[in-house]
Amino acid sequence: MRIDIPFIVDHLPLLWQGMKVTLLLTLLGIVLGIALGALLAIARLSGIRPLTVAAAAYVDLFRLLPLLLIIFWVYFLLPLWLGRPIGGFYSALVSFVLYEAAYFSEIIRSGILGIRRGQINAGLASGLSYAGTMRHIVLPQALRNMLPVLLVQCINLFKSTSLVYVVGVNDFLMAADVIGTKDNRLIEMYGFVALVYFTACFLASLAVNRLQRRYAL
Amino acid sequence: MIAIDKVSKWYGRTQVLADCTTAVARGEVVVVCGPSGSGKSTLIKCVNGLEPFQQGSITVDGVSVGDKATKLAKLRARIGMVFQSFELYPHMTATENITLAPIKVLGRDRVEAVARAHALLERVGMREFADRYPANLSGGQQQRVAIARALAMEPIAMLFDEPTSALDPETITEVLDAMMALAQDGMTMIVVTHEMGFASKVAHRVVFMDGGRIVEDAPKAEFFDRPHSPRAQAFLSKILRH
Amino acid sequence: MQHYAWNWGILVTQPYVFWILSGLLWTMLVALAGWVLALALGSILGVARTVPNRVVRALAAAYVEYFRNVPLLVQIFLWYFVLPELLPEGAGRWLKRDLPNAEFWTAVLSLGTYTACRVGETLRAGIESISRGQTSAGLSSGLTMAQVYGYILLPVAYRVTVPALTSEFINIFKNSALALTIGVLELTSRTRQIAEFTYNAIELFTCATVIYALISLVVTYAMRIAESRARLPGMIASQPTDA
Repeated sequence: MRIDIPFIVDHLPLLWQGMKVTLLLTLLGIVLGIALGALLAIARLSGIRPLTVAAAAYVDLFRLLPLLLIIFWVYFLLPLWLGRPIGGFYSALVSFVLYEAAYFSEIIRSGILGIRRGQINAGLASGLSYAGTMRHIVLPQALRNMLPVLLVQCINLFKSTSLVYVVGVNDFLMAADVIGTKDNRLIEMYGFVALVYFTACFLASLAVNRLQRRYAL
Repeated sequence: MIAIDKVSKWYGRTQVLADCTTAVARGEVVVVCGPSGSGKSTLIKCVNGLEPFQQGSITVDGVSVGDKATKLAKLRARIGMVFQSFELYPHMTATENITLAPIKVLGRDRVEAVARAHALLERVGMREFADRYPANLSGGQQQRVAIARALAMEPIAMLFDEPTSALDPETITEVLDAMMALAQDGMTMIVVTHEMGFASKVAHRVVFMDGGRIVEDAPKAEFFDRPHSPRAQAFLSKILRH
Repeated sequence: MQHYAWNWGILVTQPYVFWILSGLLWTMLVALAGWVLALALGSILGVARTVPNRVVRALAAAYVEYFRNVPLLVQIFLWYFVLPELLPEGAGRWLKRDLPNAEFWTAVLSLGTYTACRVGETLRAGIESISRGQTSAGLSSGLTMAQVYGYILLPVAYRVTVPALTSEFINIFKNSALALTIGVLELTSRTRQIAEFTYNAIELFTCATVIYALISLVVTYAMRIAESRARLPGMIASQPTDA
């Protein structure tokens, strides 16, 4: 057995095409997932009973299910509902947003709940409105507390995007898979994919740790 | 200036305040004391509306606290409060802690607010720590910043909720000194505390609470020399023995 | 949506009902076998991450970093497609051709080794939270380091990390769906298969959703009971009471 490095180098442009899809899915998943997650967290903390219950049910349900099952749900159901095919990319994106939002919302919620009641009292006692207390006192602290966990979740999302393989999206893993299968070079291709994911996630985790130490309150 | 009239409060079914009535005149310093769980912290949190109450009324400078139409934020901006656990905002420096409300609530100019914050820090002996974060200050220093923060809103009255209970013995004095200076300047103050030394030096009146009731409400001298209720006598003998 | 031909009866129609049940069985088998491996390996890792020996600690850290930073799906492909090629020819051929249920064992190995790194980190945190005082106490009473781990640190660490371990167990259940990528006919795979045959995707995925949700809920509930039984007085911080 021999590792064919030039083979990998020759196919870097094709692999990069796949990586671009992976990165786009990750980025859109993070932005939309955090947006939906924030809405869910606000709903859950609103104190308005139907909203609280609905948000809690959503979060609990999505955290009980395998991401793969959600991808299949969306992949089969969304075209039925819309009346036209939407393709693997959008199916996967919708699944990631729905699924990750449940996790993001829990991170945001516990970040806000982690701020002691006394801080809210202090803000209110100084004459700030409830919204002002949230904005100037609770949220800045909550954001700092939750930032590391939020970033770790983003790294997890980046890794999870590899699951789009099952609906045939041409992401980084799929690109490597196609090239490797065609030329019987799966060892090089899977090895390279693992190496790239490892390096990216390892460095990102190191950066998160450093950030956490710097911004710890 | 502050009138508390027949205030009662329940948490679910348990009553935590029962028929509390007292008043504080302009420039008066009133110390509220009593065993833990007697409702004294809850009572002063009712004064600025941090805790709601179900019966009775509280008016501050003619404004009714319990009234739904009252803009609580506006009222709170005129009453300073100092907390047991300081509650400095950990993501802001001492100066930023002090200037936040003046800038955001009163719409003060930033430069002016900072200058005033520095003057207040000077007053509590903390000028050189203006740019420190709370985590880098001792408990006593944090509490002095918290006092400066409350003063920055030019309050008509100050509420102190056990301001020295969370402090090391050696830093209690620096906070009490700042409070005494404030009292001598004529500030209207309600102070929940166990520091009977402070009470005997600067209080005009002492309110003693037990089980959610105001058991004793008397001028300082009378309270210390001739407490009426057996509970207050027991409390005093326990506290003063230390 | 108006053209959708509802047919809930499909769930109890032969042979589909048996496909679903056998899918459920494989899901359980993969998850449980993977969990046994994860718990065993994870315990070793948790200990290895906290022992005084630097080399052991570094090796355990390397394990954790690899398994944490490579996507699980890629790990599965490496075990399934790449490992047999890297082994000596005989062993590789045995793995590929002769091992019965090779997909199943690969799935168990992948899920177990992956989950082990998470279990290990959980236990490490549990051990670290108690180790300083407890280790000195144990050593000073004459126990060896191994005895300190065996009698004090690990038993306490298991108990204080029950909630985290429970969520790892649920994770391995959920992650077991990935076994379908190498051809294990587990629950998700089976329901998708039937959905493709019958076009009754909604009924089938609803069925899978309910099963996964039920399993997770039952496990969570059971562990909560087990936790309250196993709780050590004073170990888990109670809600502070506010005057």
